[in-house]
Amino acid sequence: MSVSSPVLEAVGALKVFPGVTALDRASFALGQGEVHALVGENGAGKSTLIKVLTGVYRLDEGEIRYRGERVEFSNPLEAQRAGISTIYQEVNLVPQMSVARNLFLGREPRGRFGLIDFARMRERASEILRGYGVRADVRRPLGSLGLGAQQMVALARAVQADARVVIMDEPTSSLEPREVDKLFRTIAELKAQGRSVIYVSHRMEELYRICDRVTVLRDGRLVHTGPLAELERLRLISLMLGRDLAEVAAEGLTKFSGQHHSHAAPILQATGLRHRHVLDDVSLAVRPGEIVGLAGLLGSGRSETAKAIAGALPLDSGEVVVAGERVPGGSVAAAIRAGINLLPEDRKAEGIVPTLSVRENIVLAALPRLARAGIVSEGDVDRVVQKFMRRLRIKAAGPGQRVSELSGGNQQKVLLARWLAMNPKVLLLDEPTRGIDVGAKAEVQALIDELAGDGLAVLLISSDLEELVEGSDRVVVLRDGAVAGELDGAGVTEDKIMAAIAGDNDD
Amino acid sequence: MTDTALRQGAPDRTRVITWLQDYGVYAAVAALLLFNAAFTPHFLAVDNFRTQLVQVTPIVIVALGMALVIGTEGIDLSVGSVMALAASVVALYLGYGALPAIAMAVLAGALVGAAGGTLVAVVGVQPIVATLALLVGVRGLANVFLPQLKEFTNPTLVALGSDSVAGVPIVVIVAVVLTAAVAFLVKRTTFGRQLVAVGGNRAASRLSGLPVRRVLMTVYILSGMLAAVAGVLATSRLQASDPTSLGLFMELSAITAVVVGGTPLTGGRIRVLGTVMGALLMQLLQATLIKHNLPQSWTQMAQAVIILAAVYAARERR
Repeated sequence: MSVSSPVLEAVGALKVFPGVTALDRASFALGQGEVHALVGENGAGKSTLIKVLTGVYRLDEGEIRYRGERVEFSNPLEAQRAGISTIYQEVNLVPQMSVARNLFLGREPRGRFGLIDFARMRERASEILRGYGVRADVRRPLGSLGLGAQQMVALARAVQADARVVIMDEPTSSLEPREVDKLFRTIAELKAQGRSVIYVSHRMEELYRICDRVTVLRDGRLVHTGPLAELERLRLISLMLGRDLAEVAAEGLTKFSGQHHSHAAPILQATGLRHRHVLDDVSLAVRPGEIVGLAGLLGSGRSETAKAIAGALPLDSGEVVVAGERVPGGSVAAAIRAGINLLPEDRKAEGIVPTLSVRENIVLAALPRLARAGIVSEGDVDRVVQKFMRRLRIKAAGPGQRVSELSGGNQQKVLLARWLAMNPKVLLLDEPTRGIDVGAKAEVQALIDELAGDGLAVLLISSDLEELVEGSDRVVVLRDGAVAGELDGAGVTEDKIMAAIAGDNDD
Repeated sequence: MTDTALRQGAPDRTRVITWLQDYGVYAAVAALLLFNAAFTPHFLAVDNFRTQLVQVTPIVIVALGMALVIGTEGIDLSVGSVMALAASVVALYLGYGALPAIAMAVLAGALVGAAGGTLVAVVGVQPIVATLALLVGVRGLANVFLPQLKEFTNPTLVALGSDSVAGVPIVVIVAVVLTAAVAFLVKRTTFGRQLVAVGGNRAASRLSGLPVRRVLMTVYILSGMLAAVAGVLATSRLQASDPTSLGLFMELSAITAVVVGGTPLTGGRIRVLGTVMGALLMQLLQATLIKHNLPQSWTQMAQAVIILAAVYAARERR
């Protein structure tokens, strides 16, 4: 099953970090002109493999072969010069520089005296970007573009370089469907030109749409490599998880149990929330033990609704009532005192404090409660941390490990622990499973389910319709900052949610 | 054997760098002490140690406040001017006695800190700009209060600067007590934990309900108060208030001590003892070169090398 003449290859790759074997003699071969899916749970070794291929890390043992020869890139630039381009999940360009400069960074067209020929650069840049459907003034700073457009610039940049190999790490996580189509067309073109693509993604549909072959990593080891079309979706998932096929089939793809019937009075009632241009009279209610889904497109006001309820977005009008008591608006501290806790959408920017340990991150919000006269009680902190690390099965070397060293799924669990330590009444979860691997996703979903079972009121925001349908008891659909519909019980289906989002539910 | 050696090659280097980040400044201080013990005559004399410690005291105290501010991803350039302000305020109120005068000086420092804190936390001005304005303005204010150098003979204030308890100068005791207090604040109190969280990720801290504004405000006030204390001690040692030149370039020495001590300028982490060691290292280096009759220019270049080494070690952490 091996590729006849691989362009890029890792043989017996071993990479050890203090306490973890990130790559355990894994092998990987990328054929010419193929789109190769690289999959695995977080912590399976995907990112490490990419980093050793592109010269970010050096192998402890084993070797990298590029076009048949053994290579040792000492930094990413060397790999790039050799023809291996990488597009990371987070755009890694210079936001303050112009779009054109970013596109040509490091290989600007030169005029006389070796000075940059700006006119030519701008002209070429607009031309290239038009091909990607980005119509923007290339003199504007990159940061002024939307995240999707930035991602397209990064793609254009990677492809423009004479890359034989383009590595894409979750390239679609910030793209709109229209942009995803463009991305896929570009990938097809690359393939037609005989260039190769390594494609890392958690989204199954995408993999099956564009990838030829697949390599599955688990715990740093190679568990499967071969043509993707021959591999059933369930089989692929079971390979990634290392779980039995029948088990996966029986349990479904998400970990939600379904319904929690609750007839109690709503514990959270938000009425008439308004914020200029963003929210227009949004009302919703959640009962204890109930999971209410919040659906809608990007920009429909989902995150803003959650932030408004949590006091992080000031309101022009409207009120939030928890357990019969009005929560003063515009104050996160007041909302937290009332028992409302928000798990923010952007885990890195708004969630974890990367310089601190798992322990400090867990107790961040609860500190005042674990202190007497302003002095922290270390014993109480240890107890809380231990309890939640065990309960949420947080995988870390210990409570003292830096949170930035954990996988995305475990970071998310740390954030959940931060809120559970506050004994919340209402949990607002904004995309709790985005960007975390299949296994951790299932665990987080099971956890949300369990929390609702314990009587918590949960507002679940997700772009994953499957997750919303299986997880929610009710779904509120937002469109342009207003409630466009509400679905209940058997009425919660993907079709109906999409119809409500599209706005053709005639009632 | 080569097998394992190969495997450990990279982690070994990481381990060395990590060790240097954590203990490098202590090792450097120890190395300098050993060198001096061996090669510098009369270095181990008690008098010499006392002089060195007394000289470094103001820098240590100012650097403690600076470390707190830097921990929040900020910077406080106003500290040197606050020292000058403290000197002039002491001179103004010395008629009421030494203690009221000192209290007024510390209050003045707190007020300058509150002004900086307000600009940073409420108005949203960048710390470097806000405190740069204060650096210029407060020095001017100090000169308005007291246009030129003024000597004094108040016995309490003179004693503060020159007396010792059990052989240890009072100013050094003050510095030790303040170091312990700041270390306790950072390590054991809610405020200290919240401070580093605010520096590590301000958005996350806000969404976790931390009192971000209050934390920032308090940090700048503390820095102002500590700078004022340093100003009072320096003044008491000089036995004269000198608002024109006291504390000049002190902000740079303090930042150097903090950085050399291993606290990253990007916030989210504070090393209190490291900061003290950073100040000691710079002081010892200067003393060593002077005692070996090398010119001041050598000291400056040697200090530059140490700063670069500290920044290089910090860079490797990511």
